[in-house]
Amino acid sequence: MIENVLPGIYLLASVGFILAVKWMNNPATARRGVIIGEIGMLLAVIGTLLRPEVVEYRWILIGLAIGSAIGAPLAYLMPMTAVPQLTALSHAFGALASALIGTAAFYKNEVPLGFPMGALVLETLLGFLTTTASIIAFAKLQELMPTRPMTYKGQNVVSLSILAGAIVIGGWMVVSPGPAWAFPAFIALAMLFGIMLVIPIGGADMPTVIALLNSYAGVAAAAMGFVLNNQLLIIAGALNGSAGLILSIIMCKAMNRSFTNVLFGAFGQLATGAAATAAQRPVRSATPDEAAAILDSARSVIVIPGYGMAVAQAQHKIRELYDALTKRGIDVKFAIHPVAGRMPGHMNVLLAEADIPYDRLLEMDEINGDFPNTDVALVIGANDVVNPLARTDKTSPIYGTPILDADRAHTVMVIKRSMSPGFAGIDNELYYMNNTLMLFGDAKNFVAGIVKELAGSH
Amino acid sequence: MKSYEFGLYVFMLAAFLGFELVKRVSPLLHTPLMSLSNAISAIAVVGAILITGQKDATTLTHVLGFIAVICATLNVVAGYLITDRMLKMFRKREPDKK
Repeated sequence: MIENVLPGIYLLASVGFILAVKWMNNPATARRGVIIGEIGMLLAVIGTLLRPEVVEYRWILIGLAIGSAIGAPLAYLMPMTAVPQLTALSHAFGALASALIGTAAFYKNEVPLGFPMGALVLETLLGFLTTTASIIAFAKLQELMPTRPMTYKGQNVVSLSILAGAIVIGGWMVVSPGPAWAFPAFIALAMLFGIMLVIPIGGADMPTVIALLNSYAGVAAAAMGFVLNNQLLIIAGALNGSAGLILSIIMCKAMNRSFTNVLFGAFGQLATGAAATAAQRPVRSATPDEAAAILDSARSVIVIPGYGMAVAQAQHKIRELYDALTKRGIDVKFAIHPVAGRMPGHMNVLLAEADIPYDRLLEMDEINGDFPNTDVALVIGANDVVNPLARTDKTSPIYGTPILDADRAHTVMVIKRSMSPGFAGIDNELYYMNNTLMLFGDAKNFVAGIVKELAGSH
Repeated sequence: MKSYEFGLYVFMLAAFLGFELVKRVSPLLHTPLMSLSNAISAIAVVGAILITGQKDATTLTHVLGFIAVICATLNVVAGYLITDRMLKMFRKREPDKK
């Protein structure tokens, strides 16, 4: 009897996951999507617990309880600025689960050679490499490790040799039951490659890498579906795999770079030479009260946030500024570059946290046409995404990168701690333009200063 | 048709469906989308339960399965809760004042 119901439960769970992703396309239905996704997962777990081959419940229930007991506080206590780290950590755990299941299945000696073993090899390879890669990404985002790219001579050769070694041993296991050391060696190489993969990645490339790791975790789950002959795993894994892949493609396009360039290019290192030659050139700077006066007389303002806003935790002060300006009848919009921050959509989440209405957050293509008719472009903690050199200088490493056209606004104001170059290590032409004012200081304090001035002058 | 051939067709269709659905998600929601799909990839919990719950499993299988159940559950719970926490913050302009 129960055998006839179980496929139905799995089918409903698949429908839940598909609807969950579908409803994410609109903020109005997105929360419904989360609920249907949760129902899908609940059905999947119940449907699995009811399967006749599952006879031993104690450890499963203890495991479910421990996992929930750690996961729930993690999700509720982490500050919103830490979402990229939390996502990386979450990837690590999911991928580790896939990897361990693959390992357990391997040592049961029931997986036949050929295609099923190939799926198992893919599952464990992606599982273990995503685990270590995500842990390194977490350490970099949490700044337990230097966020700068770490490179050494012959790095790509070493990394690719490690991957090739893992693939050779994995391929060997697919065709013959190799010696006892083969599988542990395979695991070690996979984990080592995961570390090598992320060590040379700098902070600004994290959005692409996190999306890519997301995709790997999905493909690992789908591969597990082939090992266990379980369609639900295949569907959920494939959905997640393609979601991660398409996001990383969007991120790459937004940086005008290819996958190989992100993973093996060590971008930050290439350009440091250019930054060193940048001479001291004069810039115009302004104080908070001058900036407040300019904003006060503007009719339209576009704010361009970047990672610096997240670091300074300036989003709540920006909300106060938004309120003060909106009250004066000034039109305030936010221009969000696709790769601003440390993960896709990072800025949107922080501004939403500060209660800024999401219909004021506009993506690059929607807002770029508005800059020539805008009185003030206020850049807060963004740098390379507003560098006009990307349009004009063919020799620049960022040439061709789509940017926000802040320089086309009547007045540009840039809040920045100092004149140090951004992640790409390239001088920003925007800072030296005649209509640009540099506002030197901490983003949070500076915005607070402007808000205070605006309140006083009214 | 062998079962894995069938699986490959399922994979292919689900991957295309995923592409079509995700392409329509606005960049506004890319972070919640990622944490949601992260939670969905924790479907590995199904495999973890199957491995841990079988009879005549060895100690090694038990231990690996048990750790996998913990990790996958952590991923499910953290993934869904953080997604919901983020989405709760997205509001339109002028929400009706109570």
